[in-house]
Amino acid sequence: MSDQAALFEYLLRLGDNALILGHRLSEWCGHSPALEEDLALSNVALDLIGQTQLWLNLAGDVEGRGRDADKLAYLRDARDFRNVLLVEQPNGDFAATMARQFYFDAWHYLLLRELTGSKDSRIAEIAAKGLKEVTYHLERSREWVLRLGDGTEESHERMQTALDDLWMYTGELFETDEVDQAMIRSGMGPDLSTLHEPWLGLMHATAEEATLTLPQPGWAQRGGKRGMHSEHLGYILADLQFLQRAYPNATW
Amino acid sequence: MTTVTTRPSLDEIRGWLGDVPDPEVPAVSVMDLGIVRDVQWSGDELVVAITPTYSGCPATSVIAFDIETALRQRGIENLRIERRLSPPWTTDWVTEEGKRRLEAYGIAPPAEEAGGPSPFERLLRKPLVIACPRCKSENTRRISEFGSTPCKAQYQCHDCLEPFDYFKCI
Repeated sequence: MSDQAALFEYLLRLGDNALILGHRLSEWCGHSPALEEDLALSNVALDLIGQTQLWLNLAGDVEGRGRDADKLAYLRDARDFRNVLLVEQPNGDFAATMARQFYFDAWHYLLLRELTGSKDSRIAEIAAKGLKEVTYHLERSREWVLRLGDGTEESHERMQTALDDLWMYTGELFETDEVDQAMIRSGMGPDLSTLHEPWLGLMHATAEEATLTLPQPGWAQRGGKRGMHSEHLGYILADLQFLQRAYPNATW
Repeated sequence: MTTVTTRPSLDEIRGWLGDVPDPEVPAVSVMDLGIVRDVQWSGDELVVAITPTYSGCPATSVIAFDIETALRQRGIENLRIERRLSPPWTTDWVTEEGKRRLEAYGIAPPAEEAGGPSPFERLLRKPLVIACPRCKSENTRRISEFGSTPCKAQYQCHDCLEPFDYFKCI
């Protein structure tokens, strides 16, 4: 794999994570348990879609085949998406959405913090911009894990179930493959395995404060980074891409 | 004899931009918010560099359009709006005048310098005390980390009971 191809793949991963999670969160719009939460989830979704534009436009530039963020978002099929499995998991109840968010935000924060030191200044700039936003995402999702975990019997139960159910999708976040290796070699991206320890530290501290039990390390579900997705992604794309598929090149 | 120039000075142009309101917080101008990063002549072309507050801020394209409209009305035909991502926008760039106007409008201005503790540190400290922009009471609570736009959080005052927006630090 050439350096350029690896960089393109890497940027797709960054962009697709933000896009698919942003889309998932936007599904809450109008359905949240409270108006404040409706606004907050939509705002986090908006941040993530904004970051998607930056990453995927850069990916398109690197690829050099005239594809911009819109073309990459709307005209690829599931096997060409490079997001981790965690972000495509269904919203479930509010606890599941917040647990998914907390797992992702903490990792996202650590990753972007490393990427601000990327040798590729374009990557470093986008990371610096995104990091400021993700800081608030993390603060908020952590607070919800605490509030629900250390809340009523039912909220505790639901948050514990959510942490347990989503745990197997967290292993993939810290695995490195040949794309990640190429990024490490060129000084463009961090060794993802080094993010595991600080991530786990925050998970343990938060679970303890929330009176929750963090699942034990175990078998990890993987494949999203290589385009092997769960059945959920196809349904997301059916919704996300409908307009461009039905009315090609439609604009507003 | 002085040279007659038809080209307005940069200070004059900045003054005009000071009259362009932010589309979502019209009490402050795009200059007050620090969205305009640079105004320069490049030959005969005026280049205005703007930066988004948040990556997904839907107002950014409206702001670019409003700036262009305002400058064209002043007779500047040859102009280009440039988007600049780095350094990323920070609430430290909101001017003192901007903060005053935010508060007068009912939005609590950013309360600390940006770029302080990392979230991993910030998570463990006590939340900031944000004073109510109406009655100045410090007896307030945060309702939500996100308000009517990504750049604001929602608070409520326990004394005058009014809800209010807080322009959060970034």
